[in-house]
Amino acid sequence: MSWEVVIGLEIHTQLATQSKIFSGASTAYGAEPNTQACLVDLGYPGVLPVLNEDVVRMAAMFGLAVNASVAPRSVFARKNYFYPDLPKGYQISQYELPIVEHGELFITAADGNEKRIGITRAHLEEDAGKSTHEGLGSFSGIDLNRAGTPLLEIVSEPDLRSAKEAVAYMRKIHSIVRYLGISDGNMQEGSFRCDANVSMRPRGQQEFGTRTELKNLNSFRFVEKAINFEIERQIDVIEDGGEVVQETRLYDANKDETRPMRSKEEANDYRYFPDPDLLPVEIDAAYVEALRETLPELPDAKRHRFIDDYGIRADDADILTASRALGDFYEEVVAATAGEPQGVANFVVGDFMGALNKAGLGIEESPVSAAALAGLLDRIKDQTISGKIAKEVFEAMWSGEGSADEIIAAKGLKQITDSSAIEAIVDKVIEANPGQVAEYKAGKEKLIGYFVGQVMKETGGKANPGQVNQVLKQKLS
Amino acid sequence: MAAELHQRTLSELAAGLEAGDFSSVELTEALLARVADHDGELNAFITVTAEQALAAARAADEARAAGNAGVLGGLPLVHKDIFCTRDVLTTCGSRMLENFVSPYNATVVDRLAGAGAVILGKTNMDEFAMGSSNETSYYGPVRNPWHLEYSPGGSSGGSAAAVAARLAPAATGTDTGGSIRQPAALTGTVGLKPTYGRVSRYGMIAFASSLDQAGVITRSSADAALLLGVMAGFDERDSTSIDHPVPDYTAALSESLDGLRIGVVKQHFDDGLDAATGAAVREALAVLEANGAKLVDVDLPNIDLSVPTYYVVAPAECSSNLSRFDGVRFGHRADNPEDLFDLYCRSRGEGFGAEVKRRIMTGTYALSAGYYDAYYLKAQQVRHLIADDFKSAFEKVDLIAGPTSPTPAFRLGDKVDDPITMYLNDIYTVGANLAGLPGVSTPCGFVDGLPVGLHLVGPHWGEEVLIRCAHNYEQLTDWHRACPEDFS
Amino acid sequence: MSLDKEQVQQIAVLARLRLDDDEFAETVDKLSRIVDFVDQLSQTDTTGVVPMAHPLDVAQRLRPDVVTEPDDRDHVQENAPSTQDGLYLVPKVIE
Repeated sequence: MSWEVVIGLEIHTQLATQSKIFSGASTAYGAEPNTQACLVDLGYPGVLPVLNEDVVRMAAMFGLAVNASVAPRSVFARKNYFYPDLPKGYQISQYELPIVEHGELFITAADGNEKRIGITRAHLEEDAGKSTHEGLGSFSGIDLNRAGTPLLEIVSEPDLRSAKEAVAYMRKIHSIVRYLGISDGNMQEGSFRCDANVSMRPRGQQEFGTRTELKNLNSFRFVEKAINFEIERQIDVIEDGGEVVQETRLYDANKDETRPMRSKEEANDYRYFPDPDLLPVEIDAAYVEALRETLPELPDAKRHRFIDDYGIRADDADILTASRALGDFYEEVVAATAGEPQGVANFVVGDFMGALNKAGLGIEESPVSAAALAGLLDRIKDQTISGKIAKEVFEAMWSGEGSADEIIAAKGLKQITDSSAIEAIVDKVIEANPGQVAEYKAGKEKLIGYFVGQVMKETGGKANPGQVNQVLKQKLS
Repeated sequence: MAAELHQRTLSELAAGLEAGDFSSVELTEALLARVADHDGELNAFITVTAEQALAAARAADEARAAGNAGVLGGLPLVHKDIFCTRDVLTTCGSRMLENFVSPYNATVVDRLAGAGAVILGKTNMDEFAMGSSNETSYYGPVRNPWHLEYSPGGSSGGSAAAVAARLAPAATGTDTGGSIRQPAALTGTVGLKPTYGRVSRYGMIAFASSLDQAGVITRSSADAALLLGVMAGFDERDSTSIDHPVPDYTAALSESLDGLRIGVVKQHFDDGLDAATGAAVREALAVLEANGAKLVDVDLPNIDLSVPTYYVVAPAECSSNLSRFDGVRFGHRADNPEDLFDLYCRSRGEGFGAEVKRRIMTGTYALSAGYYDAYYLKAQQVRHLIADDFKSAFEKVDLIAGPTSPTPAFRLGDKVDDPITMYLNDIYTVGANLAGLPGVSTPCGFVDGLPVGLHLVGPHWGEEVLIRCAHNYEQLTDWHRACPEDFS
Repeated sequence: MSLDKEQVQQIAVLARLRLDDDEFAETVDKLSRIVDFVDQLSQTDTTGVVPMAHPLDVAQRLRPDVVTEPDDRDHVQENAPSTQDGLYLVPKVIE
C-alpha cells in the first residue's frame, strides 16, 4: 500500500523583548539561576501580571506578515497543571480567542511549485522554567529565569506532506520572524523550537490517521530526522497489523529515534478558563494599519525583487534572502560597486559566505564590510585584477591587511594590461617552447591553454587573461 | 488622657494629633497596651508589630514637628493578614504560610504607610479569606467583642473585632463576597468595600481575583472616607486597577439626604431574614426617608441566584489561584516526600484547612472537562444577568439599601457543620461582588444585644453617594458610637 | 450523593490534595451538598447571555517593555523550604 504522511507543526518562537511578558524581569539568556525571576515570575502570593506592549506589537506584526487576521479582541486563559517548572500551577496562554488567526505562507514543494501552507493561529503565552538534574542527588533543581519569557506559538494547518516540506515551512517561519525582528530565532538557546504532529493515511484517503506529537525539536535537521523516523515507525506499526497510539513522543538525537514520553500520573485536564487577573486585549484597526506601514519587506517579496531587478539566478536569490541582514548586505554591495549584480551574487554566496561559515561568524561580525567588498569587486570590473587574484586579495582583506586597493598596491597584484609588456612575455614563451608551437600550428589548438598558463606563470597571474589570449592567437597564427 | 484615646474615631485622633494634644508615640503605646491587655480574649491579632509601630510613630511625630505630617500622619491602623507586608510575617490565616515573611509590600500597605499611618499589627482572618465566621483560621477563631461566645463574622473578623473592641481605630479588610461588610455588621462597625478596580489588589493574597476588593473597617463613615482617599487610585502593577480619578471622599460628608433615591429590594426582606433584624433595617430606612431620602421599590429578579453563582465563580478562581502553594518556593512543605506527586499532595493537604480544600475541590470540579459549561460558564452567564439587574435598578435609584446579613452574630460552632447555611450569610452581600459594585455596612441597631448592619450598595464608582448616605444616617442615630461593655 | 468517592478522589488528585480518611468521607458529603446547591443554576435560561468574566468592561492596559525588577534572589529565597546553588529543589523529575 502507498502511504501519505500528514504533518502539522506547532512552532514556539521566543519574542525578542527586553523584559518578560507579564513582568519587568530581564529576558537575557544565561544568567545565574533564579536571578532573573522576579516575584511575578515566581508566582509569589499577591503579585499580578501586567502585559508587555511589545509582545502585542510583535504578535500583530507576525499576523500581518502571514496575511492573517489580527484579532480585535483576544483573551488570556489559564492552563492549569502542576509541574515544578510552572511556578503558579498554571500557564498563562491564549485558548479560545488567540491574537492571530487564519494566516498562510508559501513554500517551494518538491516539484518546484509554490505550495500554500495554512496557519491556523498564533497565540501568546509565557514560557516555563528549566529543571536540572546534575549533581543534585535524588533532587532536581529548578531555575525559573526562563519562566515568563514571551512566546508566540504558531500552529500550522495539517498541510505538510513530507519531512522536507515541514523543514521548508519551519525555515520560512524562521526567516519571517527574524526579518520582522521579533525573534532572534536562536535554536541553541531554545528561542525557536517546534512540536510536530505526524499521522499516516493510505494515499487517497480523506480522513486523518491517529497522530503522535513529537516534542521539542530544536533544529531543522532534527525535525527532518524525527519525522522521517516517525513515518517509518508508524508504517511498520500499521503494516504489522497494529494501531498507532495517540501519544506524545520525544526525539532522541543520539539514537535517532522517537520514544514515548513517560506517562504522567493522570490524564491531563487543563481546566482552561479566562485569567481573571488580565483583561481582554483590544487592538483597533488604526493600530493595525499603522503597524502595517512599519513592516519590512518580507523574504518572498525580496526574493522576487532580486530576481526581477537584479536578474540573478533563483537559487542565489533564495540564499541571499534567507536573512534580512544578508539581503541588505548584498544590496549594499550592489549599490556601491560598478560590478554586475550576478557577479556580486557569485562572490557573496561563494567566497564571502564561505569565509563567514568557516569562521563561524554572523554577517554583522564580518571583518569585511559591504563597502570594502564593493571596492574589491570594482577592481575586477575595471580589470585591475582578475577574478582569481580577487580571491587572494579577499583573503588578505579578511585578515585585516587593508582595503582592496591597498593590498593590490602592496603586493603588486595589479593586472598587466600594457600590451607591449604582454607581447614581450608572449614572445619569450613562444621562443622557449618551439615544440608546442609546432604542434599548435599543426592544428592542436587546445594547446592555447598551455601557452596562457605559461604567460600567467611568468607574470605571477597578473596578466589580463583576455589580452593574453588575443596576443597569443595573433602571434601564433 | 491616654485612657480615652482608644474611644476616639480616626478623624478625632487626626484632629488631636494636629492640635498637639498627644503624640503618635503616646497614642501608639496606649493602643499597644490595650492589644496586650485584651487580645488574649479576642484573638483578633496574628502578629503584633510593636517595635515597627513605635518606630513609625516616632517618625510620624518627627515629620509633624518638621511640618511634614502626612494625611494619616501618626494614625494607628491594623492590616488584615492577607496584605503582604515587607519583612513581616504574612500568614493569610493559613498553616501554609505559617513561616512566610513577605519580601515586599502590598500597594495598599505602601500607600497607607506613605501617608504616615502606623501599623500596630496583622489581624486574624478566615483562612485565605474563605469563611464567614473566622472559624476557618489556622490561628483559631476570633471572638466577637459584643459576646465572646459569638463569631465576629468573616473573613475580616480580626479587623472587625479589633476596631469594635477599640484596639485600633481602623483596619484594612478585603471583601470577596461580603468579608468586610458582614463582620462590620456583626461587630457594630462601619465596613466599606469599594468598586472593583478602585483599590489595587497588588500584594493582597488572591482568593477570587474577579471578586476580591480591598476596603476598610472603621467606626464611622467619615473615617472610611479619609482612608479610602489614601488607598484608592490607579496602580500600574494591577491590570484590573482602573485609572479613574479619585475624588475627595470627605467632601461627600457635607451633603444632605435631600433628593436621594434609595432602592428597596423586595427579595432582601423575604423568608431568609431574621424578623428582628428586618425590623431594625426597616426602622433605619424610615429614618432616612424622614430626613429627605425617597424610598423606591426596585426589583433584582436574579438576585436569589447570587449565592450559588458566587459559590461556582469564587471556588473556580481560587482553585487556580491557590495552585502556587506547592511547597517549592515558599510555604509549607511536607517532610521527606517520596516523589514530586507526594510533595504536592502532602504539602497542600497539610498546609490547607478543610474549608480551603473544599473550595479548591469545588472549583476544580466546576472547571473540569465535562462540567465547565454546566457550572463555570453557566455561573458567568448568570453573573451577567445579576449585573444587568443592578444596572437597570441604578437607572431608577442612587443606591440600594437593605440588611447586611440575614441574622446578627451567631454562636461559634453553630454553622460550621453545614457549608450551605454558612454560605447563606452572604446572601445580601455577594451580589455587589459579582457586579463589582461598592457597598457599605453601617450599624443600625441591636437584636438581643448584638449589632445589626444597614447595607448600602451603589453603582460603579458610587462610593461618594454611599458615604454621604451612611454619614447622614450616623449623624441621625448613635448606633455606630455604641461600645461593647467589656471594652469601653 | 451527587458525587461518588471515585469522583472526589479524581478531583483530589487533579487538585493535588491528600485527604486523610475521615476528611475524605466528610468531603464526599459536603462537596455533594455544595454541588446540589449550585445545581439550581441549571434552571435559569441563559440562552444567548454572554459569560461575564470581569465586573468591569475594560480592556487590558499595556506596560512598556522595560526591565524594572532587580535581582532579589537571596532575600526571596529565605522563604524557600529547600534550595541549593540558587536552585529550588524538588524530588527528582525524570522525563
